[in-house]
Amino acid sequence: MNTQRRNVLKAGSGAALLSLLATAGIITPGMALADWNKAAFDAKSMADTLKALGAEAPADSKDVQVTGPDIAENGAVVPVGITTTLPGVTMVAILIDKNPNALAASFTLPEGTEANVQTRVKMGQTSNVYALVKANGKFFMATKEIKVTLGGCGG
Amino acid sequence: MGNPMKIRAANKDGITEVKVLISHEMETGQRKDANGAIVPAWFITELQAKHGDKVVLQGEFGTAVSKNPYLAFKFKGGAKGEKVTVSWKDNKGDSRTDEAVIA
Amino acid sequence: MRQTLWIKTLAAAALTAGLTSLPAHAQDSRVNDELAKYREALADGNPADLLEVRGEGLWREKRGPKQASLEACDLGLGPGKLEGAYAQLPRYFKDTGKVMDVESRLVHCMVSLQGFKADEVTRHWYSKPGTESDIEALVTFIGAKSNGLKIHAPASHPEEARMAKMGEYIFYRRSGPQDFSCAICHGQEGKRIRLQELGNLTTPAGAGEAMKTWPSYRVSQGAVWTMQRRLIDCMRQARWPEPNYLSDAVIALETFLQKTASGTVMETPGIKR
Repeated sequence: MNTQRRNVLKAGSGAALLSLLATAGIITPGMALADWNKAAFDAKSMADTLKALGAEAPADSKDVQVTGPDIAENGAVVPVGITTTLPGVTMVAILIDKNPNALAASFTLPEGTEANVQTRVKMGQTSNVYALVKANGKFFMATKEIKVTLGGCGG
Repeated sequence: MGNPMKIRAANKDGITEVKVLISHEMETGQRKDANGAIVPAWFITELQAKHGDKVVLQGEFGTAVSKNPYLAFKFKGGAKGEKVTVSWKDNKGDSRTDEAVIA
Repeated sequence: MRQTLWIKTLAAAALTAGLTSLPAHAQDSRVNDELAKYREALADGNPADLLEVRGEGLWREKRGPKQASLEACDLGLGPGKLEGAYAQLPRYFKDTGKVMDVESRLVHCMVSLQGFKADEVTRHWYSKPGTESDIEALVTFIGAKSNGLKIHAPASHPEEARMAKMGEYIFYRRSGPQDFSCAICHGQEGKRIRLQELGNLTTPAGAGEAMKTWPSYRVSQGAVWTMQRRLIDCMRQARWPEPNYLSDAVIALETFLQKTASGTVMETPGIKR
């Protein structure tokens, strides 16, 4: 059981803890902890993660790209991004197959924001990195293998 | 109140590009300290970027986002002098908001 | 230890296996191209910039028993003159009669201007998860003030020349259980360990490539490393006994390397593996 869950349960109930924190001014009413997609981030495999995201059978798409180098000198910081020319994109997410939990990050894109987001992720080992895109209600996916090396002198 | 983040926003041909660099440990909860005890997970869970009052990006992070997170994205609109705000909150309930002026 | 080495060898073999369809020299250049891409992507958003801001705050804040800021600290170009100071260190300082690098000079200022005790301020000379280092932040700030300027450390003063000569001696001296010297890894062109190139630190270009980027954010450490930290860790990796922080041995090596690197334009803070 992870620490966060244990603390919330200790507080009696999630709601009680939230209101306590809200009155303490720590969590503002607009951003409730419950918004974070715990199920998706806790899922381990690609299959379970896609299920938790409601994206069980994404279609392969040549119009979606994983951006990033072929080789990362260090797995702690791997620059990756998602870019797509598909219209009507509302959500993009980065999944890393061989990581303990496949989902690294997900982004909701309002109207007017380009479907082109870059960030940096941790990769435990060489793995396929997946870009998941939700466009016009349908899910699409593309992949790229990024090799993670061990550098030279012990990192 | 977390550490200040660095936000760069520049407008070119009607598109504003935003680059954010956040100061945060992003502990995975898998690392052990010198005594062999697990260092608890401590990471940004949600992030929001706004242009004025309009939300231009919402993000959810897991522990696989690198320490000192970097984020780059673009949105249509925004003019020189207007404000871009970025806010985040983490799993310990800490939060931070910083703003930058579009160049 | 052996098990990890075996795993690392497997990993390296697996990596090269993916590239064996190309001839050897093409493999090398393709790998180098991809690594260059990786480094370029990193350069656009250096977490060291965040530390630089913190360093500036510490420079200007009135701190210590004397409640003074560091703004009167003389880093070699006059009190408070920051621009270009890092690029000219190490150098001889008349007031202390010693050749000092940025860290030893900074500690001197923290003691003399702010009233701190030397062992106090050097206790956390480098950061660890959960512990910040003021020196690290200050050096990042000071280093950044030399960005775009040429390294100029000719070691012309007799004391500087003496230290540079000592540094050169240390560089070439084989010792420790592996009988390593710095020169064994860093004394020729075109060498590497796995995918990490080993710069040739004996030429102005090679030394310049190395010295111009320190202090640098190291992504594998998630922290900025200063020159002292890098050199002391190099010695550890060569299986030498580690010198004390701010000791003459490290400053001598720095003096030698900065002298060789003189003329190269600084690009700091850097970001690297």
